[in-house]
Amino acid sequence: MAKLTEKIVAITGNAAVAQAMRQINPDVVAAYPITPQTDIAETFAEFVADGLVDTEYVTVESEHSAMSACVGASAAGARVMTATSSQGLALMWEILYIAAGMRLPITMTNVNRCLSAPINIHCDHSDSMGARDSGWIQIYSENAQEAYDNVIQAIRIAEHKSVLLPVMVNMDGFIVSHSIERVELLDDEVVKRFVGEYKPVYPLLDVENPVTHGPFDGLGGFYFEHKKAQIEAIERSRKVVLDVADEFKRISGREYGCFEPYRLDDAEVALVVLNSAAGTSKCVVDAMREEGYPVGILKLRVFRPFLARELSEALKHLKAVAILERATSPGSFGPLYAEIRSALYDLEARPKMVNLIYGLGGREFRPEHAKEAFGVCLKVAQTKRVEKPLGYLGLKEVEVIS
Amino acid sequence: MKDLVEIRWHARGGQGAVTAAKFLAETALAGGKHVQAFPEYGPERMGAPIQAFTRLSTEPIRTYCSIVNPNVVTVLDLTLLDVVDVAQGFLPDSVLIINTSDKPSSLRGKLKLKGGKVFTVDASTIALEELGKPIPNTPMLGALIKVTGILGLGEVVKHFEEAFEGKFSPRVIEGNIKAIKRAFEEVKGE
Repeated sequence: MAKLTEKIVAITGNAAVAQAMRQINPDVVAAYPITPQTDIAETFAEFVADGLVDTEYVTVESEHSAMSACVGASAAGARVMTATSSQGLALMWEILYIAAGMRLPITMTNVNRCLSAPINIHCDHSDSMGARDSGWIQIYSENAQEAYDNVIQAIRIAEHKSVLLPVMVNMDGFIVSHSIERVELLDDEVVKRFVGEYKPVYPLLDVENPVTHGPFDGLGGFYFEHKKAQIEAIERSRKVVLDVADEFKRISGREYGCFEPYRLDDAEVALVVLNSAAGTSKCVVDAMREEGYPVGILKLRVFRPFLARELSEALKHLKAVAILERATSPGSFGPLYAEIRSALYDLEARPKMVNLIYGLGGREFRPEHAKEAFGVCLKVAQTKRVEKPLGYLGLKEVEVIS
Repeated sequence: MKDLVEIRWHARGGQGAVTAAKFLAETALAGGKHVQAFPEYGPERMGAPIQAFTRLSTEPIRTYCSIVNPNVVTVLDLTLLDVVDVAQGFLPDSVLIINTSDKPSSLRGKLKLKGGKVFTVDASTIALEELGKPIPNTPMLGALIKVTGILGLGEVVKHFEEAFEGKFSPRVIEGNIKAIKRAFEEVKGE
Protein backbone atom coordinates (compact mmCIF):
# COMPACT_ATOMS: atom_id res chain seq x y z
CA MET A 1 0.00 0.00 0.00
CA ALA A 2 1.42 3.37 -0.99
CA LYS A 3 1.17 5.81 1.85
CA LEU A 4 1.63 9.42 2.80
CA THR A 5 1.47 8.48 6.48
CA GLU A 6 0.48 5.25 8.20
CA LYS A 7 -3.13 6.35 7.82
CA ILE A 8 -3.30 8.14 4.46
CA VAL A 9 -2.98 5.63 1.65
CA ALA A 10 -3.60 5.31 -2.09
CA ILE A 11 -5.87 2.31 -2.59
CA THR A 12 -8.85 1.20 -4.66
CA GLY A 13 -12.42 1.20 -3.36
CA ASN A 14 -12.25 -2.59 -3.13
CA ALA A 15 -9.03 -2.47 -1.12
CA ALA A 16 -10.49 0.21 1.17
CA VAL A 17 -13.46 -2.05 1.99
CA ALA A 18 -11.14 -5.02 2.54
CA GLN A 19 -9.15 -2.88 4.99
CA ALA A 20 -12.35 -1.98 6.84
CA MET A 21 -13.19 -5.70 7.04
CA ARG A 22 -9.69 -6.49 8.34
CA GLN A 23 -10.10 -3.91 11.07
CA ILE A 24 -13.61 -5.13 11.94
CA ASN A 25 -12.27 -8.70 12.05
CA PRO A 26 -15.64 -10.47 11.63
CA ASP A 27 -16.19 -14.01 12.93
CA VAL A 28 -17.31 -15.39 9.58
CA VAL A 29 -17.03 -14.30 5.96
CA ALA A 30 -18.71 -16.51 3.38
CA ALA A 31 -18.05 -15.66 -0.25
CA TYR A 32 -18.14 -17.16 -3.70
CA PRO A 33 -14.53 -16.78 -4.80
CA ILE A 34 -14.83 -16.19 -8.56
CA THR A 35 -16.58 -13.83 -11.00
CA PRO A 36 -18.80 -11.87 -10.37
CA GLN A 37 -17.06 -11.59 -7.01
CA THR A 38 -14.86 -8.59 -6.30
CA ASP A 39 -11.28 -7.94 -5.18
CA ILE A 40 -12.77 -7.41 -1.73
CA ALA A 41 -13.20 -11.15 -1.18
CA GLU A 42 -9.80 -11.85 -2.75
CA THR A 43 -7.93 -9.30 -0.64
CA PHE A 44 -9.73 -10.39 2.50
CA ALA A 45 -8.79 -14.02 1.76
CA GLU A 46 -5.14 -12.91 1.80
CA PHE A 47 -5.67 -11.31 5.21
CA VAL A 48 -7.08 -14.60 6.48
CA ALA A 49 -4.18 -16.58 4.98
CA ASP A 50 -1.68 -14.14 6.48
CA GLY A 51 -3.24 -14.53 9.90
CA LEU A 52 -4.17 -10.83 10.14
CA VAL A 53 -7.75 -11.69 11.12
CA ASP A 54 -9.40 -14.48 13.11
CA THR A 55 -12.19 -14.91 10.59
CA GLU A 56 -13.56 -18.28 9.51
CA TYR A 57 -13.55 -17.83 5.73
CA VAL A 58 -16.06 -20.05 3.98
CA THR A 59 -15.63 -20.33 0.22
CA VAL A 60 -18.84 -21.66 -1.26
CA GLU A 61 -19.98 -22.77 -4.69
CA SER A 62 -22.34 -19.90 -5.54
CA GLU A 63 -23.56 -16.53 -4.32
CA HIS A 64 -26.81 -18.20 -3.29
CA SER A 65 -24.76 -20.45 -1.03
CA ALA A 66 -22.64 -17.51 0.16
CA MET A 67 -25.66 -15.69 1.52
CA SER A 68 -27.08 -18.97 2.88
CA ALA A 69 -23.85 -19.60 4.80
CA CYS A 70 -24.00 -16.01 6.09
CA VAL A 71 -27.54 -16.61 7.31
CA GLY A 72 -26.54 -19.81 9.11
CA ALA A 73 -23.47 -18.28 10.71
CA SER A 74 -25.32 -15.14 11.76
CA ALA A 75 -28.16 -17.16 13.31
CA ALA A 76 -25.54 -19.18 15.16
CA GLY A 77 -24.37 -15.93 16.76
CA ALA A 78 -21.40 -14.84 14.62
CA ARG A 79 -20.60 -11.37 13.31
CA VAL A 80 -20.84 -11.98 9.58
CA MET A 81 -19.73 -10.03 6.52
CA THR A 82 -19.56 -10.66 2.80
CA ALA A 83 -19.26 -8.88 -0.54
CA THR A 84 -20.89 -9.29 -3.90
CA SER A 85 -21.73 -7.60 -7.16
CA SER A 86 -24.11 -7.69 -10.12
CA GLN A 87 -25.28 -11.22 -11.04
CA GLY A 88 -23.94 -12.38 -7.70
CA LEU A 89 -26.42 -10.21 -5.84
CA ALA A 90 -29.14 -11.36 -8.22
CA LEU A 91 -28.38 -14.99 -7.39
CA MET A 92 -28.53 -14.22 -3.65
CA TRP A 93 -32.02 -12.97 -4.21
CA GLU A 94 -34.24 -15.28 -2.15
CA ILE A 95 -31.74 -15.48 0.70
CA LEU A 96 -31.61 -11.66 0.98
CA TYR A 97 -35.24 -11.74 2.14
CA ILE A 98 -34.46 -14.56 4.58
CA ALA A 99 -31.54 -12.63 6.11
CA ALA A 100 -33.76 -9.59 6.64
CA GLY A 101 -36.82 -11.56 7.76
CA MET A 102 -34.77 -13.49 10.32
CA ARG A 103 -33.43 -10.13 11.54
CA LEU A 104 -29.78 -11.09 11.00
CA PRO A 105 -27.34 -8.16 11.18
CA ILE A 106 -25.12 -9.19 8.25
CA THR A 107 -23.03 -6.47 6.57
CA MET A 108 -22.41 -6.84 2.85
CA THR A 109 -20.64 -4.59 0.39
CA ASN A 110 -22.18 -4.58 -3.06
CA VAL A 111 -20.07 -3.26 -5.91
CA ASN A 112 -22.75 -1.78 -8.16
CA ARG A 113 -22.66 -3.36 -11.59
CA CYS A 114 -25.32 -3.94 -14.21
CA LEU A 115 -27.29 -7.10 -14.89
CA SER A 116 -27.23 -9.15 -18.09
CA ALA A 117 -28.40 -9.28 -20.87
CA PRO A 118 -26.65 -8.07 -22.97
CA ILE A 119 -23.53 -9.27 -21.17
CA ASN A 120 -21.74 -6.32 -19.64
CA ILE A 121 -19.61 -6.12 -16.51
CA HIS A 122 -19.70 -2.37 -15.90
CA CYS A 123 -21.32 0.00 -13.43
CA ASP A 124 -24.95 0.72 -12.94
CA HIS A 125 -27.35 0.40 -10.03
CA SER A 126 -29.70 -2.24 -11.41
CA ASP A 127 -28.35 -4.84 -8.96
CA SER A 128 -29.03 -3.01 -5.69
CA MET A 129 -32.17 -1.25 -6.95
CA GLY A 130 -33.62 -4.68 -7.70
CA ALA A 131 -32.99 -5.67 -4.07
CA ARG A 132 -34.69 -2.60 -2.65
CA ASP A 133 -37.74 -4.47 -1.31
CA SER A 134 -35.74 -7.24 0.36
CA GLY A 135 -35.69 -5.54 3.76
CA TRP A 136 -31.99 -4.64 3.75
CA ILE A 137 -30.82 -1.21 4.79
CA GLN A 138 -29.08 0.32 1.76
CA ILE A 139 -26.28 2.87 2.01
CA TYR A 140 -24.55 4.41 -1.03
CA SER A 141 -20.97 5.73 -1.26
CA GLU A 142 -19.59 8.48 -3.50
CA ASN A 143 -15.96 7.35 -3.32
CA ALA A 144 -13.54 4.89 -1.71
CA GLN A 145 -13.37 6.92 1.50
CA GLU A 146 -17.13 6.82 1.92
CA ALA A 147 -17.24 3.09 1.14
CA TYR A 148 -14.66 2.48 3.88
CA ASP A 149 -16.46 4.73 6.36
CA ASN A 150 -19.89 3.30 5.51
CA VAL A 151 -18.80 -0.32 6.02
CA ILE A 152 -17.52 0.51 9.52
CA GLN A 153 -20.73 2.36 10.39
CA ALA A 154 -22.87 -0.41 8.87
CA ILE A 155 -21.75 -2.88 11.56
CA ARG A 156 -23.08 -0.61 14.31
CA ILE A 157 -26.33 0.12 12.45
CA ALA A 158 -27.02 -3.54 11.66
CA GLU A 159 -26.26 -4.79 15.16
CA HIS A 160 -28.08 -2.03 17.05
CA LYS A 161 -30.60 -3.68 19.38
CA SER A 162 -33.45 -1.58 18.02
CA VAL A 163 -32.60 -2.50 14.40
CA LEU A 164 -31.13 -6.01 13.93
CA LEU A 165 -31.26 -5.93 10.15
CA PRO A 166 -28.76 -6.63 7.39
CA VAL A 167 -27.02 -3.66 5.76
CA MET A 168 -25.83 -3.38 2.17
CA VAL A 169 -23.11 -0.80 1.46
CA ASN A 170 -22.91 0.15 -2.22
CA MET A 171 -20.19 1.73 -4.31
CA ASP A 172 -19.82 2.18 -8.06
CA GLY A 173 -18.26 -0.76 -9.87
CA PHE A 174 -14.91 0.00 -11.57
CA ILE A 175 -15.38 3.79 -11.27
CA VAL A 176 -14.71 3.55 -7.53
CA SER A 177 -14.07 -0.15 -6.89
CA HIS A 178 -11.03 -0.30 -9.22
CA SER A 179 -9.84 3.29 -9.07
CA ILE A 180 -6.92 4.22 -6.82
CA GLU A 181 -7.70 7.12 -4.54
CA ARG A 182 -6.43 8.84 -1.47
CA VAL A 183 -8.12 7.21 1.52
CA GLU A 184 -7.67 8.07 5.16
CA LEU A 185 -7.78 4.93 7.30
CA LEU A 186 -8.56 4.93 11.00
CA ASP A 187 -6.29 3.20 13.49
CA ASP A 188 -7.02 -0.51 13.89
CA GLU A 189 -7.66 0.02 17.60
CA VAL A 190 -10.05 2.90 16.97
CA VAL A 191 -12.15 0.77 14.59
CA LYS A 192 -12.04 -2.17 16.99
CA ARG A 193 -13.37 -0.01 19.81
CA PHE A 194 -15.96 1.65 17.54
CA VAL A 195 -17.52 -1.62 16.36
CA GLY A 196 -17.11 -3.19 19.81
CA GLU A 197 -17.57 -6.80 20.70
CA TYR A 198 -20.57 -8.44 19.06
CA LYS A 199 -23.18 -9.73 21.47
CA PRO A 200 -25.80 -11.67 19.51
CA VAL A 201 -29.34 -11.49 20.89
CA TYR A 202 -30.63 -15.03 20.36
CA PRO A 203 -27.68 -17.14 19.18
CA LEU A 204 -28.45 -20.72 18.18
CA LEU A 205 -25.17 -21.81 19.74
CA ASP A 206 -26.30 -20.66 23.20
CA VAL A 207 -27.36 -24.17 24.19
CA GLU A 208 -28.28 -23.06 27.72
CA ASN A 209 -31.05 -20.94 26.21
CA PRO A 210 -32.35 -22.89 23.24
CA VAL A 211 -34.25 -20.97 20.57
CA THR A 212 -35.72 -21.77 17.17
CA HIS A 213 -34.82 -19.75 14.06
CA GLY A 214 -36.72 -19.73 10.81
CA PRO A 215 -39.63 -22.12 11.43
CA PHE A 216 -42.95 -22.27 9.57
CA ASP A 217 -45.17 -19.29 10.40
CA GLY A 218 -48.37 -20.00 8.45
CA LEU A 219 -52.01 -19.05 8.53
CA GLY A 220 -52.41 -19.60 12.24
CA GLY A 221 -49.14 -17.85 12.98
CA PHE A 222 -47.61 -14.41 12.97
CA TYR A 223 -46.03 -13.92 9.53
CA PHE A 224 -47.87 -10.62 9.11
CA GLU A 225 -46.86 -9.42 12.59
CA HIS A 226 -43.25 -10.40 11.97
CA LYS A 227 -43.29 -8.33 8.78
CA LYS A 228 -44.79 -5.42 10.74
CA ALA A 229 -42.01 -5.78 13.31
CA GLN A 230 -39.46 -5.76 10.46
CA ILE A 231 -41.01 -2.56 9.06
CA GLU A 232 -40.83 -0.93 12.49
CA ALA A 233 -37.20 -2.00 12.89
CA ILE A 234 -36.14 -0.38 9.62
CA GLU A 235 -38.12 2.74 10.61
CA ARG A 236 -36.12 2.86 13.86
CA SER A 237 -32.89 2.58 11.88
CA ARG A 238 -33.34 6.20 10.66
CA LYS A 239 -32.35 7.48 14.07
CA VAL A 240 -29.65 4.84 14.53
CA VAL A 241 -28.02 5.79 11.19
CA LEU A 242 -27.73 9.39 12.42
CA ASP A 243 -26.58 8.45 15.94
CA VAL A 244 -23.88 6.17 14.53
CA ALA A 245 -22.83 8.94 12.10
CA ASP A 246 -22.47 11.33 15.07
CA GLU A 247 -20.27 8.88 16.89
CA PHE A 248 -18.30 8.18 13.74
CA LYS A 249 -17.63 11.90 13.31
CA ARG A 250 -16.01 11.93 16.73
CA ILE A 251 -13.47 9.27 15.73
CA SER A 252 -12.91 10.37 12.13
CA GLY A 253 -13.80 14.05 11.80
CA ARG A 254 -15.92 13.07 8.78
CA GLU A 255 -19.57 13.97 8.71
CA TYR A 256 -22.40 11.80 7.41
CA GLY A 257 -26.17 12.18 7.27
CA CYS A 258 -28.91 10.26 5.50
CA PHE A 259 -28.31 12.55 2.53
CA GLU A 260 -25.89 15.32 1.66
CA PRO A 261 -27.17 18.65 0.32
CA TYR A 262 -24.59 20.47 -1.79
CA ARG A 263 -25.22 24.20 -2.39
CA LEU A 264 -28.90 23.30 -2.17
CA ASP A 265 -30.28 25.90 0.27
CA ASP A 266 -30.24 28.81 -2.16
CA ALA A 267 -30.60 26.70 -5.31
CA GLU A 268 -33.62 26.95 -7.62
CA VAL A 269 -32.98 23.71 -9.48
CA ALA A 270 -31.20 20.57 -8.35
CA LEU A 271 -30.17 17.05 -9.25
CA VAL A 272 -30.72 14.07 -6.97
CA VAL A 273 -27.86 11.60 -7.42
CA LEU A 274 -26.33 8.46 -5.94
CA ASN A 275 -22.71 7.35 -5.68
CA SER A 276 -19.85 8.67 -7.83
CA ALA A 277 -22.03 10.79 -10.14
CA ALA A 278 -22.46 13.08 -7.13
CA GLY A 279 -18.76 13.98 -7.19
CA THR A 280 -18.74 14.81 -10.88
CA SER A 281 -21.99 16.78 -10.48
CA LYS A 282 -20.58 18.83 -7.58
CA CYS A 283 -17.76 20.06 -9.83
CA VAL A 284 -20.38 21.13 -12.37
CA VAL A 285 -22.39 22.91 -9.64
CA ASP A 286 -19.31 24.93 -8.68
CA ALA A 287 -18.60 25.85 -12.31
CA MET A 288 -22.23 26.80 -13.05
CA ARG A 289 -22.50 28.81 -9.83
CA GLU A 290 -19.52 30.87 -11.05
CA GLU A 291 -21.66 31.72 -14.08
CA GLY A 292 -24.59 32.66 -11.84
CA TYR A 293 -26.83 29.61 -12.26
CA PRO A 294 -28.81 28.73 -9.09
CA VAL A 295 -27.97 25.01 -9.12
CA GLY A 296 -27.41 22.44 -6.39
CA ILE A 297 -27.25 18.74 -5.59
CA LEU A 298 -28.87 16.34 -3.20
CA LYS A 299 -26.77 13.21 -2.82
CA LEU A 300 -28.76 10.39 -1.30
CA ARG A 301 -26.73 8.23 1.06
CA VAL A 302 -29.44 6.12 2.68
CA PHE A 303 -32.01 4.74 0.22
CA ARG A 304 -33.48 2.18 2.63
CA PRO A 305 -35.03 3.31 4.91
CA PHE A 306 -36.45 5.90 2.52
CA LEU A 307 -36.58 9.34 4.13
CA ALA A 308 -39.72 10.66 2.48
CA ARG A 309 -40.43 13.51 4.92
CA GLU A 310 -36.83 14.71 5.19
CA LEU A 311 -36.36 14.57 1.42
CA SER A 312 -39.55 16.50 0.71
CA GLU A 313 -38.40 19.09 3.26
CA ALA A 314 -34.98 19.38 1.57
CA LEU A 315 -36.37 19.69 -1.96
CA LYS A 316 -39.58 21.67 -1.45
CA HIS A 317 -38.12 25.14 -2.15
CA LEU A 318 -36.86 24.17 -5.60
CA LYS A 319 -38.51 25.04 -8.90
CA ALA A 320 -37.33 21.94 -10.73
CA VAL A 321 -35.57 18.72 -9.79
CA ALA A 322 -34.02 16.06 -12.01
CA ILE A 323 -33.71 12.61 -10.50
CA LEU A 324 -30.63 11.04 -12.07
CA GLU A 325 -30.94 7.32 -12.21
CA ARG A 326 -28.44 4.60 -13.09
CA ALA A 327 -31.16 1.93 -13.24
CA THR A 328 -34.44 1.41 -15.02
CA SER A 329 -37.71 -0.27 -14.35
CA PRO A 330 -38.83 -1.00 -17.91
CA GLY A 331 -42.46 -0.01 -18.34
CA SER A 332 -42.27 2.54 -15.52
CA PHE A 333 -40.00 5.29 -14.25
CA GLY A 334 -36.77 4.69 -12.36
CA PRO A 335 -37.32 3.59 -8.74
CA LEU A 336 -35.70 6.67 -7.20
CA TYR A 337 -37.86 9.02 -9.26
CA ALA A 338 -41.06 7.19 -8.42
CA GLU A 339 -40.33 7.34 -4.70
CA ILE A 340 -39.06 10.90 -4.48
CA ARG A 341 -41.91 12.20 -6.61
CA SER A 342 -44.33 10.36 -4.37
CA ALA A 343 -42.63 11.78 -1.25
CA LEU A 344 -43.38 15.30 -2.48
CA TYR A 345 -47.03 14.62 -3.28
CA ASP A 346 -48.44 16.08 -0.06
CA LEU A 347 -46.64 19.40 -0.37
CA GLU A 348 -48.83 22.41 -1.16
CA ALA A 349 -46.29 23.63 -3.73
CA ARG A 350 -43.94 21.14 -5.31
CA PRO A 351 -41.01 21.39 -7.67
CA LYS A 352 -41.50 20.10 -11.19
CA MET A 353 -39.68 16.84 -11.60
CA VAL A 354 -38.01 14.87 -14.38
CA ASN A 355 -36.38 11.46 -14.46
CA LEU A 356 -33.10 11.24 -16.35
CA ILE A 357 -31.60 7.80 -16.89
CA TYR A 358 -27.82 7.76 -17.33
CA GLY A 359 -24.81 5.47 -17.30
CA LEU A 360 -26.43 2.09 -17.90
CA GLY A 361 -23.88 -0.66 -18.46
CA GLY A 362 -21.08 1.68 -17.41
CA ARG A 363 -21.75 4.38 -20.03
CA GLU A 364 -19.67 7.25 -18.75
CA PHE A 365 -21.27 10.06 -16.76
CA ARG A 366 -19.33 13.17 -17.70
CA PRO A 367 -19.56 16.78 -16.52
CA GLU A 368 -21.41 17.66 -19.75
CA HIS A 369 -24.16 15.21 -18.76
CA ALA A 370 -24.64 16.96 -15.41
CA LYS A 371 -24.68 20.26 -17.31
CA GLU A 372 -27.29 18.88 -19.70
CA ALA A 373 -29.40 17.73 -16.73
CA PHE A 374 -29.21 21.19 -15.16
CA GLY A 375 -30.15 22.64 -18.56
CA VAL A 376 -33.30 20.51 -18.59
CA CYS A 377 -34.12 21.65 -15.02
CA LEU A 378 -33.55 25.32 -15.81
CA LYS A 379 -35.83 25.09 -18.84
CA VAL A 380 -38.55 23.35 -16.82
CA ALA A 381 -38.20 25.96 -14.07
CA GLN A 382 -38.54 28.75 -16.61
CA THR A 383 -41.46 27.34 -18.59
CA LYS A 384 -43.11 25.65 -15.55
CA ARG A 385 -43.80 22.72 -17.86
CA VAL A 386 -42.41 19.22 -18.09
CA GLU A 387 -42.52 18.13 -21.69
CA LYS A 388 -40.83 14.79 -21.22
CA PRO A 389 -40.89 13.32 -17.70
CA LEU A 390 -38.49 10.52 -18.71
CA GLY A 391 -35.27 11.33 -20.54
CA TYR A 392 -31.80 9.90 -21.12
CA LEU A 393 -28.30 11.30 -20.74
CA GLY A 394 -25.46 10.09 -22.94
CA LEU A 395 -27.51 7.79 -25.15
CA LYS A 396 -25.84 7.22 -28.52
CA GLU A 397 -27.78 8.62 -31.44
CA VAL A 398 -28.60 5.42 -33.28
CA GLU A 399 -31.78 4.03 -34.65
CA VAL A 400 -33.06 1.67 -31.98
CA ILE A 401 -34.71 -1.39 -33.45
CA SER A 402 -37.25 -2.28 -30.84
CA MET B 1 2.66 22.02 -10.20
CA LYS B 2 -0.74 23.22 -11.32
CA ASP B 3 -3.72 22.55 -9.07
CA LEU B 4 -4.89 19.64 -11.20
CA VAL B 5 -2.79 17.62 -13.63
CA GLU B 6 -4.58 15.10 -15.83
CA ILE B 7 -2.52 12.40 -17.53
CA ARG B 8 -3.75 9.99 -20.17
CA TRP B 9 -1.77 6.85 -20.96
CA HIS B 10 -2.11 5.08 -24.33
CA ALA B 11 -0.63 1.63 -24.62
CA ARG B 12 -1.26 -1.96 -25.59
CA GLY B 13 -2.25 -4.58 -23.05
CA GLY B 14 0.90 -5.99 -21.43
CA GLN B 15 3.06 -2.84 -21.71
CA GLY B 16 2.49 -1.87 -18.09
CA ALA B 17 0.61 1.41 -18.59
CA VAL B 18 -1.94 0.64 -15.87
CA THR B 19 0.83 -0.15 -13.40
CA ALA B 20 2.64 3.06 -14.37
CA ALA B 21 -0.56 5.15 -14.02
CA LYS B 22 -1.13 3.75 -10.53
CA PHE B 23 2.52 3.94 -9.52
CA LEU B 24 2.66 7.61 -10.49
CA ALA B 25 -0.43 8.32 -8.33
CA GLU B 26 1.01 6.40 -5.40
CA THR B 27 4.29 8.28 -5.62
CA ALA B 28 2.47 11.63 -5.75
CA LEU B 29 0.42 10.62 -2.70
CA ALA B 30 3.63 9.97 -0.80
CA GLY B 31 4.48 13.59 -1.67
CA GLY B 32 1.20 14.81 -0.16
CA LYS B 33 -0.99 15.10 -3.25
CA HIS B 34 -4.57 14.02 -3.79
CA VAL B 35 -4.57 11.33 -6.43
CA GLN B 36 -6.72 9.18 -8.66
CA ALA B 37 -5.64 6.46 -11.09
CA PHE B 38 -7.73 4.05 -13.08
CA PRO B 39 -7.71 2.08 -16.31
CA GLU B 40 -10.42 2.08 -18.90
CA TYR B 41 -11.79 -1.41 -18.48
CA GLY B 42 -12.46 -3.34 -21.62
CA PRO B 43 -11.49 -6.65 -23.15
CA GLU B 44 -8.26 -7.30 -21.25
CA ARG B 45 -6.14 -8.90 -23.96
CA MET B 46 -2.40 -8.70 -24.51
CA GLY B 47 -1.77 -6.32 -27.37
CA ALA B 48 -5.19 -4.65 -27.44
CA PRO B 49 -5.19 -0.83 -27.29
CA ILE B 50 -5.86 0.36 -23.74
CA GLN B 51 -6.03 3.65 -21.91
CA ALA B 52 -5.24 4.50 -18.32
CA PHE B 53 -5.64 7.76 -16.43
CA THR B 54 -3.92 9.58 -13.58
CA ARG B 55 -5.14 12.72 -11.83
CA LEU B 56 -2.91 14.58 -9.37
CA SER B 57 -4.08 17.60 -7.44
CA THR B 58 -3.44 19.76 -4.42
CA GLU B 59 -7.21 19.62 -3.72
CA PRO B 60 -9.52 16.61 -3.22
CA ILE B 61 -10.51 15.09 -6.59
CA ARG B 62 -14.25 14.69 -7.15
CA THR B 63 -14.46 14.02 -10.86
CA TYR B 64 -15.22 10.40 -11.70
CA CYS B 65 -14.77 10.02 -15.44
CA SER B 66 -12.04 9.48 -18.00
CA ILE B 67 -9.80 12.33 -19.14
CA VAL B 68 -10.74 14.00 -22.44
CA ASN B 69 -8.61 17.15 -22.17
CA PRO B 70 -5.33 15.82 -20.84
CA ASN B 71 -2.45 18.02 -19.70
CA VAL B 72 -0.14 15.14 -20.49
CA VAL B 73 -0.49 12.27 -22.99
CA THR B 74 1.92 9.37 -23.03
CA VAL B 75 2.02 6.88 -25.91
CA LEU B 76 3.81 3.65 -25.03
CA ASP B 77 3.41 2.08 -28.45
CA LEU B 78 4.10 3.84 -31.72
CA THR B 79 1.78 1.57 -33.72
CA LEU B 80 -1.16 3.06 -31.81
CA LEU B 81 -0.84 6.28 -33.81
CA ASP B 82 -2.57 4.54 -36.73
CA VAL B 83 -5.32 3.10 -34.55
CA VAL B 84 -6.16 5.59 -31.80
CA ASP B 85 -6.53 9.37 -31.81
CA VAL B 86 -3.90 9.92 -29.13
CA ALA B 87 -4.16 13.70 -29.56
CA GLN B 88 -7.89 13.73 -28.77
CA GLY B 89 -8.70 16.77 -26.61
CA PHE B 90 -5.09 18.02 -26.81
CA LEU B 91 -4.87 21.56 -25.39
CA PRO B 92 -2.55 24.39 -26.50
CA ASP B 93 -0.38 23.80 -23.43
CA SER B 94 -0.63 19.98 -23.34
CA VAL B 95 2.40 17.73 -23.46
CA LEU B 96 2.70 14.61 -25.64
CA ILE B 97 5.40 12.02 -24.92
CA ILE B 98 5.87 9.20 -27.42
CA ASN B 99 7.94 6.04 -27.21
CA THR B 100 9.98 6.18 -30.43
CA SER B 101 13.54 6.61 -31.67
CA ASP B 102 12.25 9.31 -34.01
CA LYS B 103 12.53 13.08 -33.50
CA PRO B 104 9.65 15.04 -31.92
CA SER B 105 9.29 17.24 -35.03
CA SER B 106 8.60 14.28 -37.33
CA LEU B 107 5.96 12.96 -34.89
CA ARG B 108 4.32 16.39 -34.79
CA GLY B 109 4.18 16.26 -38.59
CA LYS B 110 2.74 12.76 -38.64
CA LEU B 111 0.05 13.68 -36.12
CA LYS B 112 -0.59 17.08 -37.81
CA LEU B 113 -0.49 18.47 -34.29
CA LYS B 114 -0.80 22.19 -33.64
CA GLY B 115 0.31 23.73 -30.36
CA GLY B 116 1.42 21.94 -27.23
CA LYS B 117 4.80 20.31 -26.81
CA VAL B 118 5.98 16.99 -28.24
CA PHE B 119 8.70 14.85 -26.68
CA THR B 120 10.11 11.51 -27.71
CA VAL B 121 12.10 8.87 -25.90
CA ASP B 122 13.22 5.45 -27.12
CA ALA B 123 11.67 3.70 -24.14
CA SER B 124 11.52 0.25 -25.75
CA THR B 125 15.25 0.21 -26.50
CA ILE B 126 16.07 1.52 -23.02
CA ALA B 127 13.88 -1.19 -21.47
CA LEU B 128 15.40 -3.89 -23.69
CA GLU B 129 18.93 -2.85 -22.73
CA GLU B 130 18.31 -2.35 -19.02
CA LEU B 131 15.66 -5.00 -18.32
CA GLY B 132 16.10 -7.43 -21.17
CA LYS B 133 12.42 -6.95 -22.05
CA PRO B 134 10.83 -4.26 -24.20
CA ILE B 135 8.34 -3.19 -21.49
CA PRO B 136 8.39 0.59 -21.82
CA ASN B 137 6.38 1.68 -18.75
CA THR B 138 9.15 2.64 -16.35
CA PRO B 139 11.28 4.56 -18.87
CA MET B 140 8.13 6.43 -19.96
CA LEU B 141 7.65 7.37 -16.33
CA GLY B 142 11.21 8.74 -16.22
CA ALA B 143 10.55 10.83 -19.34
CA LEU B 144 7.21 12.03 -17.96
CA ILE B 145 8.61 13.37 -14.69
CA LYS B 146 11.46 15.07 -16.54
CA VAL B 147 9.31 16.98 -19.03
CA THR B 148 6.49 17.84 -16.61
CA GLY B 149 8.45 18.32 -13.41
CA ILE B 150 5.47 16.95 -11.46
CA LEU B 151 7.70 14.71 -9.36
CA GLY B 152 11.42 14.60 -8.61
CA LEU B 153 13.61 11.78 -9.91
CA GLY B 154 14.74 11.06 -6.34
CA GLU B 155 11.13 10.66 -5.09
CA VAL B 156 10.29 8.26 -7.91
CA VAL B 157 13.40 6.13 -7.45
CA LYS B 158 12.88 5.96 -3.68
CA HIS B 159 9.23 5.00 -4.00
CA PHE B 160 10.02 2.43 -6.69
CA GLU B 161 12.49 0.71 -4.39
CA GLU B 162 9.98 0.72 -1.50
CA ALA B 163 6.98 -0.36 -3.56
CA PHE B 164 8.60 -3.31 -5.30
CA GLU B 165 11.03 -4.57 -2.69
CA GLY B 166 10.23 -8.23 -2.14
CA LYS B 167 7.94 -8.34 -5.21
CA PHE B 168 10.73 -8.10 -7.79
CA SER B 169 14.30 -9.35 -7.57
CA PRO B 170 16.97 -6.71 -6.75
CA ARG B 171 18.23 -7.11 -10.34
CA VAL B 172 14.81 -6.23 -11.81
CA ILE B 173 14.40 -3.26 -9.45
CA GLU B 174 17.86 -2.00 -10.35
CA GLY B 175 17.18 -2.44 -14.08
CA ASN B 176 13.95 -0.46 -13.81
CA ILE B 177 15.61 2.33 -11.89
CA LYS B 178 18.37 2.52 -14.51
CA ALA B 179 15.67 2.67 -17.19
CA ILE B 180 13.86 5.48 -15.37
CA LYS B 181 17.11 7.45 -15.00
CA ARG B 182 18.20 6.89 -18.60
CA ALA B 183 14.85 8.03 -20.01
CA PHE B 184 14.97 11.02 -17.68
CA GLU B 185 18.26 11.98 -19.35
CA GLU B 186 17.51 10.89 -22.90
CA VAL B 187 14.01 12.30 -23.53
CA LYS B 188 14.11 14.78 -26.42
CA GLY B 189 12.08 17.94 -26.91
CA GLU B 190 11.49 20.02 -30.03
